[in-house]
Amino acid sequence: MARVLLFGALRDLAGWRERRIEAASVSALCAVIGQEDAALGEALAGKGVQVAVDQAIVRDDAVLADTSEVAFLPPMSGG
Amino acid sequence: MSVRLTDAPFDPGALLSDFARNRTETGAVATFTGLARAEAGATTVLELEAYPGFTEAQIGRIADQACERFGLHDLAILHRVGRIAPGDPIVFVATAAGHRRAAFEACDFLMDYLKSRAPFWKKEHGPSGERWIEPTAQDHADRERWGG
Repeated sequence: MARVLLFGALRDLAGWRERRIEAASVSALCAVIGQEDAALGEALAGKGVQVAVDQAIVRDDAVLADTSEVAFLPPMSGG
Repeated sequence: MSVRLTDAPFDPGALLSDFARNRTETGAVATFTGLARAEAGATTVLELEAYPGFTEAQIGRIADQACERFGLHDLAILHRVGRIAPGDPIVFVATAAGHRRAAFEACDFLMDYLKSRAPFWKKEHGPSGERWIEPTAQDHADRERWGG
């Protein structure tokens, strides 16, 4: 099962920071999450949200392995 | 080159002294220190979240770009994470170059990147609750000055 990490406002919306979820691709993962929590599913597809798999930015059709780490990254702001 | 995150307060003066030491060919060192603002009492704590490993790697990539683009001799970036009190430094950037223009410009370039592209998430806590901060249109425009 992929290790799923949420950051920033997505974590507050979801009420969790990290979970293990079974999915074969990023888009499948988003569908699984969206079935359980529609608001979170919508937010994951929102403007400016990037996805990283094993710490590299990927597209939504990226394939996941059992050991993948998937991070959902809302718009970033440092400094 | 040094890119680090810390959850502890830091002293920008000490960092500058260390960074400038033992350089005989560097004619210019420029630094920027960002401080947490109180926003007239609206912000009591600023909370910065990073993605450990990924955040340093992404900043490292832009730091490499800065070194090449501006011909830097060296650079240092230290960024706070965790809970930060108003008045405390959030970020320190130092650049070393042969001459001042490259050092100034590289420092400006790095800060424009850090404000809107570096993997940090920033939340303000205050008397009226908490609020996630996203980059402003100005932050994006500032970064786009550099062509990306």
